[in-house]
Order: sequence, then structure tokens, then C-alpha cells
Amino acid sequence: MDLTYIVVTLVKLVILFGVLMTTLAYLQWIERKVIAHIQLRPGPYRVGPHGLLQPLADVIKLITKEGMIPSHVHKVTYVLAPFLAVTLALVSICVIPFGPRITFSVAGHQISTWLQMTDLRIGAIFVLAISAVGVYGVALAGWSSNNKYSLLGGLRSSAQMISYELPMALALACPLLLANTLSFRDIVLWQDGYYFGFIPHWNVFQVFPLQIFAFILFLIAAFAETNRIPFDLPEAENELVAGFHTEYSSMKFASFFMAEYCNMVTVTCVTTLLFLGGWLPLFPAPWSDYVAPAVFLLAGLVSAWAALNPARPKDKYTFPVVALASFGLVALFLAGEFVFPIINQIAMPLFWFCAKTGGLLFVWIWVRGTLPRFRYDQLMRFAWTFMFPVGMVVMLATGAVVALLPR
Amino acid sequence: MAPAHAVPLNWYLILSAILFALGIAGFLYRRSIITVFMSIELMLNAVNLSFIAFSYHWKQVDGHIFSFFVMVVAAAEAAVGLAIILTVFKNRKSLEIDEISSMKY
Amino acid sequence: MDTALFIVFAVIALLCGINLVVQTHPISSALSLIGVMSALAVLYLLLGAEFLAAAQMIVYAGAIMVLFIFVIMLLNAGTERVTPTRHLLKVMGVPLIAVFLGIVAFIIQGLLPRSELVWFGGFQGGGPREVGIPLFTRYLLPFEVTSVLILIAIIGAIILAQKEID
Repeated sequence: MDLTYIVVTLVKLVILFGVLMTTLAYLQWIERKVIAHIQLRPGPYRVGPHGLLQPLADVIKLITKEGMIPSHVHKVTYVLAPFLAVTLALVSICVIPFGPRITFSVAGHQISTWLQMTDLRIGAIFVLAISAVGVYGVALAGWSSNNKYSLLGGLRSSAQMISYELPMALALACPLLLANTLSFRDIVLWQDGYYFGFIPHWNVFQVFPLQIFAFILFLIAAFAETNRIPFDLPEAENELVAGFHTEYSSMKFASFFMAEYCNMVTVTCVTTLLFLGGWLPLFPAPWSDYVAPAVFLLAGLVSAWAALNPARPKDKYTFPVVALASFGLVALFLAGEFVFPIINQIAMPLFWFCAKTGGLLFVWIWVRGTLPRFRYDQLMRFAWTFMFPVGMVVMLATGAVVALLPR
Repeated sequence: MAPAHAVPLNWYLILSAILFALGIAGFLYRRSIITVFMSIELMLNAVNLSFIAFSYHWKQVDGHIFSFFVMVVAAAEAAVGLAIILTVFKNRKSLEIDEISSMKY
Repeated sequence: MDTALFIVFAVIALLCGINLVVQTHPISSALSLIGVMSALAVLYLLLGAEFLAAAQMIVYAGAIMVLFIFVIMLLNAGTERVTPTRHLLKVMGVPLIAVFLGIVAFIIQGLLPRSELVWFGGFQGGGPREVGIPLFTRYLLPFEVTSVLILIAIIGAIILAQKEID
């Protein structure tokens, strides 16, 4: 418990919290922009360049709105529910590793630390436990509002969440069986290595078609756990007058919103760690280091082209900034490759982790813009008569493979 | 061997005993059948704590396994008990144990 | 550090336990019970039972108590009717309980004279592998029997809670 350890942990905590809060705010912006482009409209673009200050405007609005507690609610649970929802949503980020061990020396101290708040031996079931208790935020919010729409929305939503916890746990058990450990760090380290030199040893490619079923099952269960379309009947605006958060305003409503996005981020991070190899690159080391500069170079060139053929008059000024930022990142990654290896040590795993998680978040938002929603009885029937048996079969098959193959 | 800030095992057992006594008090005193049921769950939790404390004492894992089985049995009992409570409520329209105590309706 | 954690979570468990018995509305009692279970999960972690702590949160606080809360919400269980208790009972009840607890505490203090010290990390055998291997080898029969027990409970609950077929 020496001072270095405490300071390093505090720095990690501050960085993690800052990045997480910014990500949650801008995830909403990304969602609105992506859904808008799917629906052939521009999305928010007035508040700041390309609507980038929209989350700030929303935060200011939500904070300064009158936060009232209606007189007919059960006050203790009314105030407790959003607090519980957002606290539990933020807790599970602590066990997610974003990168491997990094070692560097600053001000004479040699610091060697994992890019993770803490590693638990039971990391995977810790996340499951937190999401199991996370049901209460929704159920208590629905009940305490003393309103039949909220009660129905809350009960339906919590019944949906606990029904889909089972297929999620079964699908989660498959990579755990293969990796033979519950700690996230060891699961990612187990996925290191390449078949034939270029196919990564990720869990989704193991035992060839089987783990893809586990991956898809986990994704579908995760959609239902986070109450996102196509499973968002309990909170849909045109079905249940906004469901369980009908009676909430201002900061408490913002808490539920933040909790939903944070759950989304957590569950995509967990999917990345379990199935897609966490921070490990797609192909072996020397060539995969050039993917990051190549991606940002492409982004810079596209922005430069968009700056030269502007679709709207303001684009002449905003896209060059984007292009400059992208080229700056390219320079950073190339510097990290050739000049300062410390940058590559931290930035490369983070790039791969964020690329995979970002891809999955894009899939989440894409599905929201594309699919209609399930009716409630269809949703429950799907969970119990399809997902649960399929999950059992996949887990049994994985278990049989693990037992029969020599290790 | 033991670091300076360590807790005597007796304190865990005392906590377990107090929680068990609170469970008994709730079981005997409360009138709503659901709260009575919750007091039973409190008693089971206190017993779990006791099992795990003794498992630490003997440095064996058997206490944990027994505690696991207690949890499973409590889950099964909660499911059936709550179903019974639902049926009783449907028939007697009340949740107070004094009003549903007669066998003949 | 361990002492501070133990005292904080033991006090939380005790306060929630007292709250469970004292509150009149079933939802408040249910929330207090969830508080007790969470505090106990932390105490299990201090005693080295990490798998049990996670199982406690998933099974007890995450499933059983959700079931309780559903039933309370569905039955719209309201505040209990308070019957006036006799004054003598109230005056004598609390001191008698305190005396009883004191006797129990004294007996337990006498049971383990050389009181073993508990510190975080003192028992390493509570992880998933260490719990799982005996569960599937030495205690395989009780494990399979509990699976049948759960099946019985599921069937019983479905039949009891079914709508009557007219």
C-alpha cells in the first residue's frame, strides 16, 4: 500500500471517470447523428459545429430544470431508484481491463501497472451480479411513481431484465469454459496468439461455429438487458408514456439516461473482452501497428475531401479542423511507432479496444435505427422458449468440447 | 503473521447471532405475511454468515458449499412460498396472518 | 483497514436488520433486507468467500428479492395495520431482548477462547475453482438433488400461481 500505488490508482480513477462521463455524453450525440443519417436527416447540427455542443446544452438544461418530487410518490424509493441505477451502472467499469501492463518511469519512479482499476478473481460473475442488482433501479422507479403506466413499465422492464439474465449467463459461460478462468485479464491473455500466423485466437473464432452462436446469443441478451431496441417496449414513448421514468424530471431523469448508456458501454466492453479479444490486435504485431495510423489517415483524407466539396456552407470551416485532428493523430501514432515507444505501449491496445467497442456500439445504434420493437409477450416467449434452450445447448456443446479435447 | 488491523472471528459470530435474533423477532412480531417471510430469509442469511465464518476458522471450503446449498434451498422456498402467498391472497383477500388463520373459509 | 470495513458493514447490516423488523410498509422491509444481503456479501469477501459473495448478490439480492418485490407490487401490499400493543410489553420487551443478546454474546465469547483473527486474504480457498471442485466431486449427490429440488419448486410455483381454468 505504498504511496506510488495509491497515486497511480487515483490517477487511473480520475482519468477513467473523466473519459467515461465524456463518453456517455458524446455517445448520445453519436447516437442521434447516426440515427439521423439512417433516417436521411442531418441530426443536431446547430448547437456548435455539427451539433458537438448539443450534449453540453442537454446537460445544462437537465441540471437547471426544476427537479420536483410529486406529492403522491413514495418519497424514499422515488429518490433512491435513480441513485441506485446510476451507481450500479458505474461500478462495473472498475473491473474492465482496457489494456495490458504498461511500464514507464516518471520523475524517477518506475511505474508498472495494468490499464484496469482492479482485477478480481471473479470478474465475470461480478459484472453479472451488478447487472442482477441493477434491476432494482427500474422496478423501484416504476413502483414509487404511484402511476399505473410507470408501474406496468417498471414491472415489465424488470421481468424482461431478469428473464434475459439467464441466456446471458449461459452465453457468458462458454468463453469462461474455454479460458478456464473468471478473471477478465486472464481471459484476454488466453486469447493471445494466432492460428496459421494470421487468424487471431479470439474466443469468437474458437471451436469454429459454436462460439459464434454464443457471441450472437450474448449480444441479443445484452440488447434486452440494457432495454434497447428491439427490446425497449417498457420504456418506449409511444407505448407506455415513457414507462418507468414518466414521473421523473431533471437530474433524476438524467440519471436514468446516464445509467442506460453506461450499461450499454459496460456490456459492449464485456463482449469485447470475452469474445473479441479485448485489446489484442487483429493480426500479429509489427503490421498491426500500422492499422491505427492508416485508419486515421483515411479519416483525414475523407475530411479533407469533404472540406473541399462542402455540402453546407459551414463545412468549409469545420471539416479542415477534423482533417487536421486526424492527421495529428496519424503523426502521433507514427511517432509512437518510431520515436517514443511509450506512446505505442499505451495507445495501441487502447486503440484496438476502443475500435472493437466502438464497432459494437455502432451496431447497437444501427439496430436502434433499423428494427421495430418486440411486443411484450413475444419478447418473453423468445427468451424462455428460444434463447434459454439454445443457450443450454451451446453451453453443453462447449462443455463437451472442453472435456473431450486434450488440454 | 496476522496484520495489525484484523478482526476477531467472534465478532462475525456475534453479528450472525444478532441478525438471527432479529429474524426471530420479526417472525414472531410482524403481522404481514410477506414480512414474516422476509424475516425467515434474514434468519437464513445469518446462518450463512455463521457457516462461512466457521469455514474460515477451519480453513476448509465445506462451509462455503453448505452455504451455497442453503442459498439454493432458500431460493426454492421463496418461489413456492410466494406462490402460496399469491393463492392465499386470491382467496382470503388479506395479507394479515390473523385474518387468514382459520382453516375453514 | 479490515476493522474499519468490518465495523462499517456490520453496522449497516444491523441497522438494516432492525429496520426490517421496525418498518410497517413491506417495500421498506424488502429494501432493508436487500441492504442486509449486500452488507453480508461484503463481509463474505472479508472472510475470503469471493464466489459466495458473488452468488449471494446474483441469487439472493438479484433474484429472490426481486421476486419478493414483484409480489409486493402485484399484491399492492400496503402499510400494516398497527394494533396498539400493551405498554408493559413495550417497556419490558426491549430490555429483555438486550439481556438475551448479552447472554448469547457472552456464551459465544466463551466458545472460542483463543479468538482467531480474520484478515482479508487469510483464507485463499474460497475462489470459484476451490468451491467448484468439491461441489462436483465430493458433493455431487447433494448438487444433483438440489437441481431436482429446484425443478419441484418451479413446477409447484407454476401450478400454484396459475390462473384458474374456468
